[in-house]
Amino acid sequence: MLLAWAPQGHEVIVKLIHHVAGSLGEEVKIMDFCGTHEHTIVSSGIRSLMPENVELVAGPGCPVCITPAFYVDAAIKLAMDGVRVYTYGDVYNLPGSEPPGSKKPRTLADAKAQGADVVIVYGLIEAIKHFRENPKESVFLAVGFETTAPSTASAVVNGRLPREFTIINVHRLTPPIMRYTFEAHRDAPIKGVIAPGHVSTIVGAMAWEFVPKEYGIPTVVAGFEPIDVLKAILSILIMVREGKARLVNEYTRAVTWEGNKRAQKLIAECCEVVDAMWRGLGLVPESGLAFRDKYKVYDALREYGIREPTPEEWKYDLPPGCRCAEVTLGLAKPTDCPLFMKRCTPGTPYGPCMVSSEGACAVWARFGGGGLADDVAKSLGLTPS
Amino acid sequence: MCLGVPGKVVEVRSDGVARVEFSDGVVVEVDASTIEGIEPGDTVIVHAGIVIAKVDEEEASRITSGLEELIQDLESKAEDFESMLRRLGAIKG
Ligand code: SF4
Repeated sequence: MLLAWAPQGHEVIVKLIHHVAGSLGEEVKIMDFCGTHEHTIVSSGIRSLMPENVELVAGPGCPVCITPAFYVDAAIKLAMDGVRVYTYGDVYNLPGSEPPGSKKPRTLADAKAQGADVVIVYGLIEAIKHFRENPKESVFLAVGFETTAPSTASAVVNGRLPREFTIINVHRLTPPIMRYTFEAHRDAPIKGVIAPGHVSTIVGAMAWEFVPKEYGIPTVVAGFEPIDVLKAILSILIMVREGKARLVNEYTRAVTWEGNKRAQKLIAECCEVVDAMWRGLGLVPESGLAFRDKYKVYDALREYGIREPTPEEWKYDLPPGCRCAEVTLGLAKPTDCPLFMKRCTPGTPYGPCMVSSEGACAVWARFGGGGLADDVAKSLGLTPS
Repeated sequence: MCLGVPGKVVEVRSDGVARVEFSDGVVVEVDASTIEGIEPGDTVIVHAGIVIAKVDEEEASRITSGLEELIQDLESKAEDFESMLRRLGAIKG
């Protein structure tokens, strides 16, 4: 089977991880920056296989979680005003700034329940197809990192967007948030990075060269099978042991050094890099994409006269008590939040990290994060010795 | 939304749209204009309705054999690893 992993292989790697970690005599905090990696780690019980001094921490790998409430509110408002709103399934239940229990719609799902025209699509292509069959003034709420931005850019640059179809562009970039996260962990530094595999297919492994160079942190671009993640952890530990931070591309079956140049070109043609807001965090320098002047006609916010807040006007946009910002930065675990699996569950998400299948809280809720993950690991025969 | 999923290309249309079949048998139309030269039969990674990468089958088949290389690499790098690996029974001799 393609991408299969060898049962004997992972046992050897887990043993090696324990041996190398045992020889280090220090705590090693390794951060993953991709919701899919966190998914692999939790669903395969990899965290429970780690030696005591190796901590795996989930970083900002969920674009839905960090989409500012302002843009959700804007989409809800347009939907309630009669504009059709298309978006991804994960965004459908994402709360805006309306408090829970409010009569006003808090999510696009609420707006739809109140009669608005909201359509869930798998991608922009599907939205355009649906629009052509059912033309009506429409907006697409486009969130996502470098992996999703090419789909927006391709539609805009290749002239695929019909008239009366505009986009709320909330695309965000991952290298700047990685820098921001390192700063947030200054007191207990991150010692290793599992770089996001899918983002790397677009930006290339080279995008992470700054991590070992500027921050001295061993970095591995990894795939998403359990064995990929285990190999990445082992490589990081070996680099820590040798005291040599390097960039390793483990995911060579999909990631090249330069990345997907075509996609990069499309993004650069369509958008410019701007300072941008992140939910719960505020302004992150040069971390967002905005349409270039020649494509501003596709900008839904401009079309409908909705002005984005300036950094000074930005208001903290997580619901009271939600610790999503700390969870996103890896400063807290989902289980550290008193609302986790009490007031906030996948069925009734209170905060944004419980909504997307990639949100750390949702992943931990689904797979247990702690106890259940151990059981899963045992049932897979993944027991450390 | 953002889970990247591998699938097999069924058809590539001239407008840059491709039909891709996933392992559960579902076929979807996705944007393939970001990838050069994909053909029916290729394995690609699809993410939020767009093809983000073509999977290098040769590299993919090396996913497990890479493990042996990794171990050999370790061995050549550090001598004490060698004795450690021996103890583990990961290498012979
Ligand atoms: S459990 Fe819910 S409320 Fe708590 S941090 Fe996660 S998303 Fe926020």
